[in-house]
Amino acid sequence: MSNTKKTYWKGLPQLKNDPAFVKHADKEFVDLGVEDDPRHSRRDFLKMMGFSVAAASLAACEAPIRKAIPYAHKPVDVDPSIPNYYASSYVNGGDYCSIVVKTREGRPIKIEGNSLSKVTNGGTSAQVEASVLSLYDNYRLRGPKKDADSVAWEDLDKEVIAKLSEISAAGGQIRIVSNTILSPSTKAVIEQFKAKYPTTEHVQYDQVSYYGMLKANEASYGTAFIPSYDFSKAKTIVSVGADFLGTWLSPIEFAKQYGSTREVSEEKREMSRHYQFESNLSLTGANADYRSMIRPSQVGLVVAQLYNSIAEKAGSATISGGIDKVAHLSKAADELWANRGNSLVVCGSNDRAVQVLVNGINEMLGNYGSTIMPSKPVHFRQGNDEAMASLISDIEGKRIGATIFYSCNPVYDHPMGDKLGAALKNVSLTISTAYAEDETASMSTYKAPEHHYLESWNDVEPKASSYSLSQPAITPIFKTRQAQESLMKWSGLEGDYFSFVKDNWNKWFYESQGGAMDPQSFWDKCLYDGVLEIGSADTPAYTFAGDVNAAAAAISSTYKANNTGYELVIFESYGVGNGSQANNPLLHELPDPITKAVWDHYVTISQKDAAALGVDNDAEGRTQLLSIAVGGKTIKLPALVQPGQMPGTIGMALGYGRTKVGIVAENLGVNAYGFVSMVNGSLNYNVTAGVTPTVTDEAFQLAQTQIHQTYMGRGNVIQESVLSEFKKDAGAGREYPKITKWEEKVAPGEVSLWKGHEYNNHHWAMSIDLNSCTGCGACIVACNVENNVALVGKQEVINRREMHWLRIDRYYSSDAEDISDYEQLEHASENPEVVFQPMLCQHCNNAPCETVCPVAATTHSTEGLNQMTYNRCIGTRYCANNCPYKVRRFNWFKYHDNQQFYQANPAMNTDLGRMVLNPDVTVRSRGVMEKCSFCVQRIQSGKLTAKRERRKVKDGEVVTACQASCTTGAIVFGDINDADSKISKLLQIERNPSRPNSVDKKIGNPRAYTVLEEIGVKPNIFYLTKIKNKEKSNA
Amino acid sequence: MAHRISGFIKYLPLVLLLSISFNTLSQEISSDEAVVAEGQTLFDANCKSCHRVKSKLIGPALAGVYDRAPSMDWIKAFIRNSSAVIASGDDYANKIYEENGKTLMTSFTSFSDDQIMAIMAYVKAEAEKPDEVVAAADGGAGGGGAGVPTGYLNAILVGMVIILVLLLVILGLIINALKRYLDQKDLSEDDKEIVHSPFTIGSIMQSPGFVFLVVFLVASIAFKTAIDGLFAIGVQQGYAPKQPIAFSHEVHAGQYEIECIYCHTGAMKAKSANIPSPNICMNCHTQIRNGTITGESEIAKIVAAYENNTPIEWVRVHNLPDLAYFNHSQHVNVAGVECQTCHGPIEEMDVVRQYSLLTMGWCIDCHRKTDVNTKGNEYYDNLLELHNNKAMKVEDIGGLECAKCHY
Repeated sequence: MSNTKKTYWKGLPQLKNDPAFVKHADKEFVDLGVEDDPRHSRRDFLKMMGFSVAAASLAACEAPIRKAIPYAHKPVDVDPSIPNYYASSYVNGGDYCSIVVKTREGRPIKIEGNSLSKVTNGGTSAQVEASVLSLYDNYRLRGPKKDADSVAWEDLDKEVIAKLSEISAAGGQIRIVSNTILSPSTKAVIEQFKAKYPTTEHVQYDQVSYYGMLKANEASYGTAFIPSYDFSKAKTIVSVGADFLGTWLSPIEFAKQYGSTREVSEEKREMSRHYQFESNLSLTGANADYRSMIRPSQVGLVVAQLYNSIAEKAGSATISGGIDKVAHLSKAADELWANRGNSLVVCGSNDRAVQVLVNGINEMLGNYGSTIMPSKPVHFRQGNDEAMASLISDIEGKRIGATIFYSCNPVYDHPMGDKLGAALKNVSLTISTAYAEDETASMSTYKAPEHHYLESWNDVEPKASSYSLSQPAITPIFKTRQAQESLMKWSGLEGDYFSFVKDNWNKWFYESQGGAMDPQSFWDKCLYDGVLEIGSADTPAYTFAGDVNAAAAAISSTYKANNTGYELVIFESYGVGNGSQANNPLLHELPDPITKAVWDHYVTISQKDAAALGVDNDAEGRTQLLSIAVGGKTIKLPALVQPGQMPGTIGMALGYGRTKVGIVAENLGVNAYGFVSMVNGSLNYNVTAGVTPTVTDEAFQLAQTQIHQTYMGRGNVIQESVLSEFKKDAGAGREYPKITKWEEKVAPGEVSLWKGHEYNNHHWAMSIDLNSCTGCGACIVACNVENNVALVGKQEVINRREMHWLRIDRYYSSDAEDISDYEQLEHASENPEVVFQPMLCQHCNNAPCETVCPVAATTHSTEGLNQMTYNRCIGTRYCANNCPYKVRRFNWFKYHDNQQFYQANPAMNTDLGRMVLNPDVTVRSRGVMEKCSFCVQRIQSGKLTAKRERRKVKDGEVVTACQASCTTGAIVFGDINDADSKISKLLQIERNPSRPNSVDKKIGNPRAYTVLEEIGVKPNIFYLTKIKNKEKSNA
Repeated sequence: MAHRISGFIKYLPLVLLLSISFNTLSQEISSDEAVVAEGQTLFDANCKSCHRVKSKLIGPALAGVYDRAPSMDWIKAFIRNSSAVIASGDDYANKIYEENGKTLMTSFTSFSDDQIMAIMAYVKAEAEKPDEVVAAADGGAGGGGAGVPTGYLNAILVGMVIILVLLLVILGLIINALKRYLDQKDLSEDDKEIVHSPFTIGSIMQSPGFVFLVVFLVASIAFKTAIDGLFAIGVQQGYAPKQPIAFSHEVHAGQYEIECIYCHTGAMKAKSANIPSPNICMNCHTQIRNGTITGESEIAKIVAAYENNTPIEWVRVHNLPDLAYFNHSQHVNVAGVECQTCHGPIEEMDVVRQYSLLTMGWCIDCHRKTDVNTKGNEYYDNLLELHNNKAMKVEDIGGLECAKCHY
């Protein structure tokens, strides 16, 4: 240790005690003053900023000048702010739905089902509900084009006619390519075109082919047709891979019929039993009573086995082949036989041999004439795989002179689309009438864009002798022209397509109506109703002449009972479907009913395979990309581990991987059509050999709206039972929680701090039947469109910030034996049972959200509504924290007029998209809470109509958007103060005689329960118990 | 007895025939008050835009029409479809068609016989009334006696000011007198200073009391102005922008007494009352091309818009924020509120201005004070019963709830 005191100095200035140094000596950071820009100080900047803020606020005080621009000539039937409704038809390829279009000031803003239709019966689907936004798609063509240049219609017509005549005169082949055409008038136009250019042939194909079924029926009955099915008469339903509630053939119609067999009540204690044999967990499989997992390579054998079981009972000859290890198959056969004549077997396979056997089974069961109606064939899928394949080879062989792509997109959605696209340069004249510049249109020389269906006239014949009309609900937005009119122009026909349709209807149908009214009134009535049913002619008796042994032989050569490799199952997803509406963000943000994933293309794999491959999904949806080699191609897609997926199979949805579609879905995912191949003369949507998945180390995050898979034994959220128990006790499956008071236990509703509201006039309530709900998600889209719910895009969904007011919770069952083992309870079983539960604001009578709002932005109305006042909300989010149902959504961003959300939310960010917004509902801004309002705008409007007419509100007059969209009628809404209303009767409301208008009404329906009853919030939404029709031992 | 009745019946047609042939048409017209009242409603809603009883407007004055016209059936036919009657070659119809500048009258096909008779009853009753101008003049003279006339008030004020000034003068004189009196006494220097202290403006200005008063006043006024200013943000009361066409409500609604809903067709049935489209203007202006105030120039703009199919871009006067839902039909149709209740004396406005505040407080205020119009409206039956058939305010049936206007 040194005691020498040394002095150190930093330099000469310190040593010399320089005044400049001394001044700054005690400062850590020396402030040398402003040197760079002495003219402006930070203070000046603040002053300037303060001034500009003040100036801006002052300027903002002055309201902007707003214009009010009335029509120059007001149309007689358009009154500003009064909606008009037009009956029309949704047609997208072979998909059909009879609809009613709601328009405001000449703009379609909402689509609802048309209950007058005998085909769809007022039902809708998510795709139908969403199609109104496709009308305002920014990617639509603005007018005709030649290559990349805009041209006038006259010039295009002149050139096209000249070329067609030249090709026709030289004997060159002309082809019109289209999806299934449901319109008889359009077919008539095509015939006229053929007459003008005799070398023309019309080729139809479908994105998802049913050609195998057509051919099987031809082999069985002599004509290529698809019969109508009536699920409502079926007591036993067996589906082998047919997703008839989601995508198969006519799902809206089938869901309606199926729903009617699933309804139970104290009076009706019977329901259908539904067996499903499939590889992916489909929407239909999720609703089935018994679901067995099979490989695609076993489908034929399962059907053969079923055939043999039935044949044994019927005493008919059996066939070779079959598979005996499939669960529930013999039980299904027993019940089919027991309910013969009232049963139904359907199969989603496109293999004609399999479909011949299915026909044979239904024939033996005597289902023809009851659940299957060959006398009323449907026209939904008329595509011919062989014709399409030969067309593509003709184009490749330069044998075609002209191709008109009639509003179809085979370059994208045909398995040989790549070949077609490459060969199109061989065709001297290519025309596309698609309404957007899609993959096919962009390769065609002439783009003659057609109207959107909401701008078009058309007629539709979905089934024999069932007709409907399409009428424009808006003046064409762009310089487009109906495709039919283009064909008429090119074939030299005078007049417009509207007169053509009208003349046809006059010619075809007016006469048969017996002249009860004049032609104009007849037409007006058809247009008003939107549908026309004419008596069907007697059809010849069908006798089954299918060669089941040949079919069995074909099956045993194609299918294998013990395939061990991976198999690929290609299916239509519920949202984007076949990809034709892929630019519609409503469908991308609609959570898949099963996987709950949004905005992504992924493959589903079983839990077992995931473990074997070494891939896992965590709670945040993080997963890895799977590299899948199929044949010669390799693709990479994220893996989603899906309970209920048959081990050894990989599910992959169609509809993604579009390259020319607009900003919403461009280059999203992989085009799965390329993996579809031609087997036995029809397209096969499975790949059963040569599929090799490997896990890559590339991470990926999926956006899922529900990460909790099971309801973890919380019996009162989902209350369910089985039919046999329900028959004994209509309250089977109910849980009755009790609250402990100091001397007794009472029902939670009896203990309350509050006196309870008095609803003097109306008391709005809703009932949701878990047994009828199929989980399809149409209500979610309907709610989005009705209430201007913002779409937020993938990243915001990952951040848990989706804005949907209505969600459908999907719960799997767990294998866990011990219900106190929560770790076990969390895991879904390999092949779980599924329950869907629509969850929305429960409009609690003792609402926890109301009591915590510091600014009274959420309050209770005198009609039982929990009101949310956006302009009062300051965004504390206390309400959302205090909501036991987690149904309140917060606007973390301004989703409108915000470039950041342009891609996900064009409805609020483009001038075109904004036309879809409902003018009666506020577009919410950043920083406010929002939630289901019970469609208060519809309640107010219904009440006002009643008041104007000086009467009471009629039951059924006020319908919420979700209720209107619900095909199966699971949602019932109404006034439970009205003793005669449907909901009062359904819930068996008993009023308290001393306080008849109080909230405390007794619910008599033993099936009705409220979710989380024990917390005593007394919701106005009641759920009816889920009843499965299965044996008790499996319950 | 039976014979006498049958005899009467036998002659009945003759009696009826005689009564029609030998009386003027006006004899059929009822003078029952209820019928006249019904007629007035119909007349105001349908006829008034073109007809007056005693003066010619677009169509002829209607007084005496029941005597002039060939028959009551003719009148009915003409009202229901005038062009058909004219086309049929009817002399009288063609005559009045020529006389009225070949303007076709709107067809009112939906009128029943009774309704037409009710209109006639009103026309007749109105025609037989003494001249209104005289009545109005009488009323004006009679009304002068009530209340304190404003002239007296001014006189009283002036008198009081004079008295106050006199008091000041008297006080000044008293001070002077007192000073003089004190000067005559022997006073110390200090006392003198006090008596003769310079009472200048400067000393007043610097006194703490004065400073406090001024500061207090200035601060109060500034505070009040700031608060008022903040409350007035977005409030456009009195907003009267210049419109692309100098349309005058004073002329149309005031002078010609055209019913508001004749043009604002939505008020009874829709959320928005609707600014009329030019084709409604042209109902009258096909004929009237010369305006009361502006001559031909402004009407020409409507004609141009109509003919060129170019919408007129009116400036919106009444702007509610998008977050507030207001429905005209609820207030005009269901509640029976007069347009003037919110829009003020619109019939006196040459240029429309925003009369009311249109703030939420203003809405709420009315909902607190106004009785619900339950008369003849079954919708309110339950509520009326619960309120023991007593009048209830809008507030009492949930009229202050947020989701009545905000959703």
